[in-house]
Amino acid sequence: MGRVVVEVMPKPEILDPQGKAVVGALPRLGFTQFSGVRQGKRFELEVDGEVTPEVLAAAREAATTVLSNPVIEDVVAVTDATEVSA
Amino acid sequence: MPETLAAARIGVVTFPGTLDDRDAARAVRLAGGEPVSLWHADGDLQGVDAVVLPGGFSYGDYLRAGAISRFAPAMDAIVDAAKGGMPVLGICNGFQVLTEAHLLPGSMIKNDHLHFVCREQVLSVENADTAWTNAYEQGQRITIPLKNQDGQFVADERTLDELEGEGRVAFRYQDGNPNGSRRDIAGITNARGNVVGLMPHPEHAVEAGFGPADATGPRAGTDGLGFFTSVLASLVRA
Repeated sequence: MGRVVVEVMPKPEILDPQGKAVVGALPRLGFTQFSGVRQGKRFELEVDGEVTPEVLAAAREAATTVLSNPVIEDVVAVTDATEVSA
Repeated sequence: MPETLAAARIGVVTFPGTLDDRDAARAVRLAGGEPVSLWHADGDLQGVDAVVLPGGFSYGDYLRAGAISRFAPAMDAIVDAAKGGMPVLGICNGFQVLTEAHLLPGSMIKNDHLHFVCREQVLSVENADTAWTNAYEQGQRITIPLKNQDGQFVADERTLDELEGEGRVAFRYQDGNPNGSRRDIAGITNARGNVVGLMPHPEHAVEAGFGPADATGPRAGTDGLGFFTSVLASLVRA
């Protein structure tokens, strides 16, 4: 079983209202170290076989056409995250 | 002339999670058209003359608002027809679907204050020359309901400048920006004027007794009816 992880973040120039709400909540719980939070999305795509270059290419295409909206989001990583069994 | 108007068939698409399809169909009927229910999974538009994508929370807004509905078989047919000039109106979630389908530029993100907004909203009609706005006067102020959480219109500066320069800002929020939308934009049109999208809900302001308050009394407002009479008029002219 293979796995591809796709990570999507709001574009830097787009205000991230959810991240802003989270950074506002952190100091109320005593976490005063963090001056900013941006909230993104992580997708785990399972494949039955190995993660071949073709599978990775398909994942990249899915990432830019479906999993993200390029108007407001960037795909920041598409990686083979298959766990190697001991 | 009235016979021609009555013959106009306006499709209203229902996606899983659509809420306002009945109200949109009712608005079409009150304007004098014949509403036709369209199902998202059916690519056959049944020969309708125009289409309304109504509001709601299709697919629970999963992934992004409108992102999954965009891939419905009905949408393939609607994108083709819209490119051929068929009038298409996207209201709220329907507007989000139109941006995800790339029929209109920009996108909607969460309201800047993160709250769900439900209120009677004043808009100015910035372009009274589209298939869905020709019943209004340029600059006319109208009041229709606004209700959403992901209503903040965003686009890059170049796109915003293009929209402004080409007269494609169709509606602007007046008396305060309810959600942080760039340049107070409430709705936009494509260059041809057949595809219009907006976040507020004209279909909820079409019958006295059930609309927003206006000068004549509470719930008396029918400012939204002009969207639907506009499209009927544009079909007659076409």
